[in-house]
Amino acid sequence: MSTTTTTAGPTRPAGAAGPVPDGRPGVPLGRLLRVELRKLVDTRAGRWLLYASSAVAVVAVVAFLVWGSGEDATFAGLLGLTTLPLAIALPILGIMAATAEWSQRTGLVTFALEPHRGRVVAAKVLASVVLGAVVVVLATAGVALAYLVGSALRDGPADWSVPGSLGAGLALTLLVYLVQGVAFGLVFLNTPVAIVASLVLPTAFSIVSGLVTGFERVAVWLDLSLVTEPLTEGTMAGSDWAHLGTASLVWIGLPLVVGTWRVLTREVA
Amino acid sequence: MISIQNLTKRYGGVTAVDDVTFDVPRGSVTGFLGPNGAGKSTVMRMLTGLTPPTSGRAHVLGRDYRDLPNPGERVGVMLDASAQHPGRTGREALTLAALTTGVDRSRIDTALGLVGLTDDEAARRVRTYSLGMRQRLGLAGALLADPQVLVLDEPANGLDPQGIHWMRSLLRDFADRGGAVLLSSHLLHEVQTVADDIVVIGRGRIVASGSMEELVAGSGTLVRSEDDGAIAARLHTAGHEATRSEQGLVTAADPATVGRAARDAGVAVLELRPRDGQGLEELFLRLTVEDAREVAA
Repeated sequence: MSTTTTTAGPTRPAGAAGPVPDGRPGVPLGRLLRVELRKLVDTRAGRWLLYASSAVAVVAVVAFLVWGSGEDATFAGLLGLTTLPLAIALPILGIMAATAEWSQRTGLVTFALEPHRGRVVAAKVLASVVLGAVVVVLATAGVALAYLVGSALRDGPADWSVPGSLGAGLALTLLVYLVQGVAFGLVFLNTPVAIVASLVLPTAFSIVSGLVTGFERVAVWLDLSLVTEPLTEGTMAGSDWAHLGTASLVWIGLPLVVGTWRVLTREVA
Repeated sequence: MISIQNLTKRYGGVTAVDDVTFDVPRGSVTGFLGPNGAGKSTVMRMLTGLTPPTSGRAHVLGRDYRDLPNPGERVGVMLDASAQHPGRTGREALTLAALTTGVDRSRIDTALGLVGLTDDEAARRVRTYSLGMRQRLGLAGALLADPQVLVLDEPANGLDPQGIHWMRSLLRDFADRGGAVLLSSHLLHEVQTVADDIVVIGRGRIVASGSMEELVAGSGTLVRSEDDGAIAARLHTAGHEATRSEQGLVTAADPATVGRAARDAGVAVLELRPRDGQGLEELFLRLTVEDAREVAA
C-alpha cells in the first residue's frame, strides 16, 4: 500500500459551499431501494442462496420428471413442487436483508447516511419483494424449460394449463413467507436467531394446536401453514381469505410493527 | 460547524456522557482525547443521530444531523473502520455509499486515490484487509461526497507512523479549505501530531479543552540543579510556587525568572527548560491510570 499519496483535498473548497440547502430530510426512496437490492446480491451469502434455491428447484423438477408418475407431470404440478424450496429460501433472504446491518455492523454506515431508519426498513421490505418476484419469474422460466424438455423426452401429452388462481396463489404464498422472513429478521436483528425462530415458532404453534383439543378452531384462523394450503392449491374461497388475513396479521403484521419499532429505537453501535 | 451543548447520555444509573459542551469551528482539526470508555464514541454517535441523547443537543452545520437533507453529502462520518461487511470488496462498500448519497461514481476513484488504496486492493474483499487498510477505506467513505465536516472515531488506530503523518496532511489540507474535523483518539501523541484544538474527556466529562498551544505551553518551567531546595527558597521569596518532583523542580514561573533565581542562589543549573506538554500528558496519564484502577478494583 502506498503511503506517499497525493495531498489533494476536497475538490471544491469545503467552506465555499454556502448554507445547507433546504429540502426534505431523507434520501429518495428510489435510491435506497436500489442500494438495498444491491446489498442483497453483492455478497457471496446472498448470491449463493439464490443459486442454491434455483438449483434445488431444478433438481426437484428433474427428479420428478424422471421418476414421477406420468399423469401428475403437469406444468402446474411442477410449479407447486418448485414453490417448496423457494418457500424455505426466500424467507432466509428476507431475514438476511433485515439483519445484516446489525450482524455485520454496517448499520453504522447505513444509518449515518440515512438517519431516517423507517425509510431504510421500507426500502428493505420493498427490495426483498422485488428480488423475490425476480426469483419467482426466473424459477417459472426454469420450470417451463425443464417441462418442455421433459415432456418432449417422455413423448407424453404436455399439459401447460395453469389456473390463474393457482399461479397467483403460489406467488402470494411465497410473498407471505418472504415478508414474514423480513419481519422476523427485524424483530430479532440477528440472523441465526431469526432463522431458527421463523422455523420453530410456527411449527411449535402447529404442534400445540394439534395436541390441545379445541385449539384447531383457533388454528384455522392463525396457523400460517394451514391458511396457505388452499392458496397453494388454488382453491381460495370466501372464509379462506379471512383466515389468511388474520394469520398474516399475527405472523407478519405484528412482527413487522415490533421489528420496525426496534430498528427505530435501538442504538446503533 | 459542529456545536455540542450540554450533551448528556445516561444508561440506567450510569452516566456515560455528562454535560459535554464544545464547538468545532470552520478550519479546525479538533482532537477528541480520552481513555477507552471515556465516552468519546457515545458523543460521536449522538452527534450523528445514531444514539438518542438523554439531554442536551448536538448540531452539525446549524441543525440536528437527522434534519440534514442527505447528510452523507455534507458530513463525512467514520465511526468504526471494522463495521464493514467482510464479504464485500472495498470498492463495493464505496459504491453502496455513492449510490445512497447520489454522488457521481467517479468520486469512488478519487476517494480511493486520496487515501492511497490501489485498484487491486479495492477489488479485494474487506475480510482480507489489515486494520490500516480498513481505516483508509473508512476514510475514503467519509471523503466520498466531498463533505464540509468530518467526524472520525479513532481514525489513526492501526496506521503506522508514516500513515499518521499522511493523515495529518490530509486532514490539515481539508481544514485549510474551510472544512471542520472532529477526530477522536485514546493516544495523546496521535492527536498531538494531527489536531490544533483539543478536547479531553474522562469518564464522560470534559476535563480540559483549548488550542494545542494553550494546553502544551504555559505549563511553567522545569529546572534541575545541584541544589533544587535553594532555588525553591529563592522562588518562594519572589512569590512563585515551586514543587520538587523526580525530574527536578517544577514551577509556574517562566524560565528567565528561574534562571535568575538560580544565579542569585549561586547554584549550578544542570537543566532548565519550559515544560512542553507535560501538563497535558500528566493530566491524560492520570485519567488513564484512574480508569485502569477502576477496572482493576
